Amino acid sequence: MKHLLKAAAAGLVGVVAMAGAAIADPVKIGFVYLTNPGDHGWTYAHEVGRLDVEKHFGSKVETTYVENVPEGPDSTRVIRELARQGNKMIFTTSFGYMDPTLKVAKEFPDVKFVHLTGYKRSGNMSTGNIRFYEGRYVQGVVAGMMTKSNKVGYLASFPIPEVIQGINAFALGMRSVNPDATVSVIWVNSWYDPVKESDAAKVHIAEGADILAQHTDSPAMLQTAEKAGVYGFGQSSDMKAFAPKAQLFSSVNNWSPYYIAQIEAMLDGSWTTGEGPDHWPGNTWLGLSDDYLVLTPFENMPANVAAAAKAAADKVSGGYNIFSGPFKDNAGNVILSDGESYHDGNLWNDMNYYVEGVIGKIPG
Amino acid sequence: MITLSQRKTIPLRLTLLTPVVAIALTLVIGAVIFATLGYHPGEALYQFFVAPISRPDQVADLFVKACPLIIIASGLVFAYRANVWNIGAEGQMILGAMFGGWVALTFPDLSGWVMMPAMIAMGMLGGFLWAMIPAILKTRFNTNEILVSLMLTYVAALLIDWTVRGPWRDPMSFGFPLSPMYADAALITRVYLPGFGHLGGLHWGVIGALVIAVAAWFVLARTLTGFQVKVMGDAPRAGRFAGFNPSLVTIMVLGISGAAAGLAGMVEVSANMGQLQPEISFGYGFTAIIVAFLARLNPLAVIGAGLIVALAELGGDSAQIALGMPKVVTGVFKGILLFMLLAGETFNRFHVRLKMPVTAVREVSDA
Amino acid sequence: MLEQLLLTVLMTSVPLIFAATGELVAERSGVLNLGVEGMMLMGAVGAFATAFGTGNLWLAIIVGGLAGALTGGVFALFALGFATNQVATGLALTIFGTGLSGLVGAPLVGHAIDGLPQITIPVLSNLPFVGALLFSLDPMAYLAVALLAGVAWFLKRTRGGLVLRAVGDNHDSAHALGYSVLRVRLLAVLFGGMMAGLGGAYLPLMLTPHWAEGMTAGRGWIALALVVFASWLPWRVLVGALIFGGITIMQLAGQARGWTVPSQFLSMLPYLATIAVLVVISRNREFSLANFPSCLGRVFHAGK
Repeated sequence: MKHLLKAAAAGLVGVVAMAGAAIADPVKIGFVYLTNPGDHGWTYAHEVGRLDVEKHFGSKVETTYVENVPEGPDSTRVIRELARQGNKMIFTTSFGYMDPTLKVAKEFPDVKFVHLTGYKRSGNMSTGNIRFYEGRYVQGVVAGMMTKSNKVGYLASFPIPEVIQGINAFALGMRSVNPDATVSVIWVNSWYDPVKESDAAKVHIAEGADILAQHTDSPAMLQTAEKAGVYGFGQSSDMKAFAPKAQLFSSVNNWSPYYIAQIEAMLDGSWTTGEGPDHWPGNTWLGLSDDYLVLTPFENMPANVAAAAKAAADKVSGGYNIFSGPFKDNAGNVILSDGESYHDGNLWNDMNYYVEGVIGKIPG
Repeated sequence: MITLSQRKTIPLRLTLLTPVVAIALTLVIGAVIFATLGYHPGEALYQFFVAPISRPDQVADLFVKACPLIIIASGLVFAYRANVWNIGAEGQMILGAMFGGWVALTFPDLSGWVMMPAMIAMGMLGGFLWAMIPAILKTRFNTNEILVSLMLTYVAALLIDWTVRGPWRDPMSFGFPLSPMYADAALITRVYLPGFGHLGGLHWGVIGALVIAVAAWFVLARTLTGFQVKVMGDAPRAGRFAGFNPSLVTIMVLGISGAAAGLAGMVEVSANMGQLQPEISFGYGFTAIIVAFLARLNPLAVIGAGLIVALAELGGDSAQIALGMPKVVTGVFKGILLFMLLAGETFNRFHVRLKMPVTAVREVSDA
Repeated sequence: MLEQLLLTVLMTSVPLIFAATGELVAERSGVLNLGVEGMMLMGAVGAFATAFGTGNLWLAIIVGGLAGALTGGVFALFALGFATNQVATGLALTIFGTGLSGLVGAPLVGHAIDGLPQITIPVLSNLPFVGALLFSLDPMAYLAVALLAGVAWFLKRTRGGLVLRAVGDNHDSAHALGYSVLRVRLLAVLFGGMMAGLGGAYLPLMLTPHWAEGMTAGRGWIALALVVFASWLPWRVLVGALIFGGITIMQLAGQARGWTVPSQFLSMLPYLATIAVLVVISRNREFSLANFPSCLGRVFHAGK
């Protein structure tokens, strides 16, 4: 009898404790990273966003991240495990997590999934992306004004739409101020191989380039530029620490406002997958105007160049469509004539060429 | 100085005991490392070894993770028993995935009864052909198979990268490097267990992997082919006297291990991905080499070894999720586990003694 | 412009020269250590940590070599001491070294250092073309070539080299002659580890003055290929490393000039070239087998 009472009391205490916990328990948020946050590029930018989420919500949320998750069956398992551990919202931060996220989203209808840079959605899975190319247009303007040799070197990772958009936006920006400048592209075939990136940067310099841009993640290119006395642009995060004299500016991926908005919407129950049009990836696709893409201070350049850069950035923020005519591809075919412009769908479906000013041909 | 003397026979109790001791030692060393890094050692070890298999569906996922390791290692055992060092299983796996994918993508309308056998056959053929390159170069020109098979792994990785970005890219994928999704008939389905339903990602390929391991054991232990392989490895001269053709055995074992790796690649894609993508393997072909050795080149033991290695892999994820332990710690821990298991194998084969030989001192100065 | 490209080729070859020369010595003693990648990473993180912590680049080079040698020591403990299978142990060492270097290096991420200075050799460096190319390099590039020359001399001209080769060619006879097979191999593996460590150290000290997890990105495996490419002869390592570096840089430069071959195929070239060379040299038995250590990868234990 005594034992029974004790047990009942213990049970009661347990129930009360659980109820209390239910009120005070922070909402769990999970993040899946492709690499280590120390890459100082892509994943680092997401990590900054996660830390901002913690700062913003304080004890209301509890975040977990899993790093170095390969884009295959392992990611399915990791995402599923995060869902099972009670995470209410899960951010999957690389394109290759698209189908794994979709799969797990079907299994956990009560959990919200946010996949970045992909295009598949479902009732509880939304997608988000940043207009990375906007920053590259401004880079192009700066490069066009700064280059003395009229040769600009560009390191690219893989020929996916995001990267092609970036190269073309860069070239359009460059040609808008300097019709004689050309940009040549080296595909490194990796997002992250510091030595190869450094080799490719040296090759560009040896070939006469005096301005370098990159769509790869390591700071190796800027370090090489620093040593060789040429200039370049940082990627994903501020890389000034690696190249104080060479970095003109970095386009920083600022995921924080997006993350915070998504979580806030989930907490107050207003989260939906949104009404993103089907013809372009992302329910949310924002850039400079909404601070999803942030440019670091313009440095190591004359005042007039900095002013032109600021003007270009303001123009883009103000709604200027970078991909509006007239422009040709680099084989001389007219893509858009005066007055025509691309809508977002064209950027994903139709951009299988380099614009004028880019040397070579898209591989594949 | 460690001295070793070979045992004539391996006592059964040692066979069973050494892996246990090796794992126990790993636990102790692991606990020290975790404690040094500021993690609660008990909690960390729990996350590594218990948490990943604390639910039936997780156990099923463990088998899913081990599936390619078991298939590949079952094939590698043949090569290594014959003293042929195929370390390019990673590349053979990729080629298998591509050949299997070619069937699925080129003939999407085939019925399941034709599709699956065709994909299995082509997957094996892909791995087989890729392994034939080092096989022929070795038998014709005596070219070192270790290096050729390794180099071909890089070539294979670049080849699949090119196909999914180029000719096989899904026109509907917005330019992203993915092939079209396979038709349903080309997908390996999940196993439906009466009373349980689907357990985790458990698919028929896992059942196949277990069958393959048993079949490999049978061939190696009970058939003339297996005997040839073992003789060529243990006593090549005796094999030649017995009339075995060493070149043929070399070709055969590279072919078997390549076909197995190719099959693993096709299964992995068809069961877990449903389409080709630039990366399909994530190092299974290399990890399987370790699995083969942990299993003492015995296909039946490959199953257990594959599960242990897969567990360490899953444990790393679980320690990350629960404790925020960085992935690199997993690598260190996994490395130690492998060292211990390999060393444990030594205690099986040899009497190990620690002693300081005095006579050896002179020779050092010579070297 | 050509001068600069060739200089890039030289620099990208230096880590390969270090690591391949070290592996060559280990293999000539009969030990196949597939853990080069892990040893290189340990050397890289050791060197960067030292350079960042003390600012002393010379010390950093030494620590890089030591870290590699220590990692090689782990391999020796198992593969030699416990006679474990060398292929499996080497693979395990790569997993271990990659993990440990990442762990040790975690606090170093995001920091940069000033790389190694150039050493300009007076007079010679003023020569046209070759002056810039050969006589104003960084100290580690000179060190790589010096160590390579030392190894070539040691293997061919010294008694120690003879013993080492004897152990690699036939460990049973070497043992019967009274040489301690395991000690010779231990020293060879430690030397190989040191060289891999130096090769790794060159990355954060010279090529990309920061530390990043897994920054060797497969160069350890290329070093392994180079040893065979060189048919176990030191000077051919130099030639091979330059060819390898040359093809890499050529495919990058080709792209910069707008060549339209898919870059994947250009990236395949170094590997296909290695296979081609392997075939060519192995067709000529005299050429290749003269220096092949017959006991490569085979376990030795004294008490048969």
